[in-house]
Amino acid sequence: MFFVIGSNMTEAHPVAATFVKDAVLRGARLILVDPRRTGLADFADLHVPIRVGSDVAFLNGVMNVLVTENLYDRAYVESCTVGFEELKNKVLEYPPERAAEISGVDAGTIRAVARRVASVKPAMLMYTLGITEHICGVNNVLSCANLQMLLGNVGFECGGVNPLRGQNNVQGACDMGALPNVFPGYQRVDNPQARARFEAAWGVEKLPEKPGLMIPGMIDGLVSGKVRAFYVFGENLANTEPDIRHVEHCLASAEFLVCQDIFPTETTRFAHVILPAAAWSENEGTFTSSERRVNRARSVSVPPGQARPNWWIFKEIAKRMGHSWESNSAREIWDNEVSRLAPSFAGIRYARLRGDGLQWPVPDEKHRGTSYLHKDGCFTCGLGVLKPVDWIPPAEVPDEEYPLVLSTGRRLYHYHTRTQTGRSEGLNDLLSEETADISRADAEALGVAHGERIRVRSRRGEVVVRANVTPRVPPGLVWMAFHFREACANWLTNPAYDPLTQTAEYKACAVRIERVT
Amino acid sequence: MADTFRLNGKDVEFKPGQTILEAARERGVEIPTLCHLKKATPTGACRICLVEVTGSRNLVSSCSTPVVEGMVVLTDTERVHRTRKMIVELMLGSGRHDCMVCEANGNCRLQDLAYRYGIAEPRFQPAETPYPVEDENPFIVRDFSRCVLCGRCVQACNEVVVNRAISQGYRGSKSKIVTGGDEPYHRSECVFCGQCVEVCPVGALTEKKARGKARDWETEKVRTTCPYCGVGCQLRLHVKDGKIVKVTAVEEAEPNKGRLCVKGRFGYDFIYSEDRLKTPLIRENGGFREASWEEALDLVASRFREIIARYGPDAVAGVSCARSFNEDSYQMQKLFRAVIGTNNIDHCART
Ligand code: SF4
Ligand code: SF4
Ligand code: SF4
Ligand code: FES
Repeated sequence: MFFVIGSNMTEAHPVAATFVKDAVLRGARLILVDPRRTGLADFADLHVPIRVGSDVAFLNGVMNVLVTENLYDRAYVESCTVGFEELKNKVLEYPPERAAEISGVDAGTIRAVARRVASVKPAMLMYTLGITEHICGVNNVLSCANLQMLLGNVGFECGGVNPLRGQNNVQGACDMGALPNVFPGYQRVDNPQARARFEAAWGVEKLPEKPGLMIPGMIDGLVSGKVRAFYVFGENLANTEPDIRHVEHCLASAEFLVCQDIFPTETTRFAHVILPAAAWSENEGTFTSSERRVNRARSVSVPPGQARPNWWIFKEIAKRMGHSWESNSAREIWDNEVSRLAPSFAGIRYARLRGDGLQWPVPDEKHRGTSYLHKDGCFTCGLGVLKPVDWIPPAEVPDEEYPLVLSTGRRLYHYHTRTQTGRSEGLNDLLSEETADISRADAEALGVAHGERIRVRSRRGEVVVRANVTPRVPPGLVWMAFHFREACANWLTNPAYDPLTQTAEYKACAVRIERVT
Repeated sequence: MADTFRLNGKDVEFKPGQTILEAARERGVEIPTLCHLKKATPTGACRICLVEVTGSRNLVSSCSTPVVEGMVVLTDTERVHRTRKMIVELMLGSGRHDCMVCEANGNCRLQDLAYRYGIAEPRFQPAETPYPVEDENPFIVRDFSRCVLCGRCVQACNEVVVNRAISQGYRGSKSKIVTGGDEPYHRSECVFCGQCVEVCPVGALTEKKARGKARDWETEKVRTTCPYCGVGCQLRLHVKDGKIVKVTAVEEAEPNKGRLCVKGRFGYDFIYSEDRLKTPLIRENGGFREASWEEALDLVASRFREIIARYGPDAVAGVSCARSFNEDSYQMQKLFRAVIGTNNIDHCART
């Protein structure tokens, strides 16, 4: 049994989707919760088209049924979790009728979902950015976790709460401590022992203890003067962050902007110095996939011109600032630093990364890796905590002036701002421009024909784009991607953030559509 | 007591439900196959895997026949080889199999079989295929004159990746693998995962971008990890003279078990784009000028030092790349924490 929520897997994680589809062909059940009728809907037993941003209300409604109809896994909840009473009281505030009002799916469906997920064990919950890219992203994730714990599905193969990570190495970048509050291996910067350990290893007297800024704070800091120098490695912020006009204004205000990339991008236009980097397959390194699998990416080509490996560039800057770093290859960095400093990687060495790689935690060199966490319900930090959460609406909801909801994401043939896919021969032939996907009902109401150019406008900006009238999108919703500069959805998106993670609400803002005359 | 059957005169064990092919391969007895696709329903389409089963008048296809207790199987008889040779000759006669100009030369099951059975001259006049090559789409060349109608592509598309884009169409000598409505791939349900190309045993389905670039034996095969999404598929790069000529999947590898999507399989050549940044650049008079590494790195370091001296280390911030290596992100956060002295380091962790 799969419970997939907020994940357009057939386009964003196509190979992962093949395994889900295979399992369905062999008899597995699939419940798909998504405002759009995405590709996986064709395989689902039940497609539940909840309203954009109503996830918590919907999930609370489902849990309400689990509790009131006594369908939850009482033994698991009692022995493996804490906080049941609080959760129970919270979800009791969300009877299916109330959840239905918020989420737009009827109470009967909510009851049916609850009964079905409770009927098969274990069920695997999978989510992607449809869950996280909201101002309540953290609460959405907590709700998913609550549901799975209530069902007793955490800690088993084919169970659990499984995020599909967007970018190939977003897991790895987190693991390596490219985050403002943790060192490699999630050791907190405000923990004196952790600092002492890294101070000793890196040969410095004092490491900063105050957690740093997250991306939105950095970008805004460029205007307020809090941030003077900004170093952007490989990200095309001028297209990927919400509200392009604002972001570009900030980037233009930087006192000193360094960009390190393999291509000129919309962001490098604002740089004071651009450093050319070696690309994938032009140098050695490791990636960590969604399932915490560390594996190698190997080198087969030489970088063009003067382009150099990223690790080398950082090392050279450190040298010029008075620090000489010993490691002189990705392998040395991993073997001599990462695996010694982060206990979860202690057993991972390049020499062991043959074949299928290793899934961390790998505590020692004999350990064969960990394929799923929280085995048999034993959580790494004691008992699993059920944490009641309330539903809140998106930061910007439709009104008279902007009556439609815009939700955004990726499409199959391209990746993000197309710096790579746009330059791989053939992919542009398959998808050569952005479209605004809208329902037939809205198209008819507005008098818009399929393929016609329309203007999509939000409080932040406007784009002109072709309408793609499709039965996959429900009335009231406009769906766009951010692959093409001109019609990039981020001219429109709302820079409102989850208070904890500072993840932007890419999945919901208010827009209106006009015909271009 | 385990179940046993008699294989080429020896009593051997088998697991209930195993086919003759599976049980034989487990014992190291080689039986050639063409249409057989692991984990998909056997179709018995090509009959190259024929074996003799005592008591059965006809030869049986080992890939689709389950072993039963006490069965007596012979895989290596005169009759088996004679029939297989005939099947190969018929296949060679069914289309245009001029290996010299075929992309699959050196990596073709039919060619291997012809070699093994010593077929030098075609015994049957090659038939004209009624269908022209389809190479209108950007990635996949469909040469129907080389298709042996084994059906592997159909199985891969329907049973492995479940994209349901192709099926067996028409009948008899007009048989053809078709998309819905017999349209070219790019006007069909096809999503260009290329799984059909991956499994085609002959040169009927080949990668368009690789055309004429390299013979299979000229390329070095290097395993690597896909640079796109978080699934982390394992790719096999086919490299000639330091350049990737095509990408296939690593069979049986975790996590993708021989599958890829369009980006992983066909999105590799961006690295050879002329647009690549090739030298450090420094802004000057509203434009950029080329600079040496020395100059660019000195400038970065000295500007950072100035800004730290004037405003403190927290006036410097950095964004790492969620597409680059672990080692790169490690280095960058180390630069920020240990050298610059700030925790202002982040990446688009949540997108
Ligand atoms: S490329 Fe993929 S989707 Fe298209 S026909 Fe081949 S297997 Fe099917
Ligand atoms: S195209 Fe290839 S895989 Fe498909 S039926 Fe023909 S020979 Fe077999
Ligand atoms: S091949 Fe496709 S599914 Fe696999 S990692 Fe690459 S982009 Fe993701
Ligand atoms: S391989 Fe057995 S019939 Fe084709």
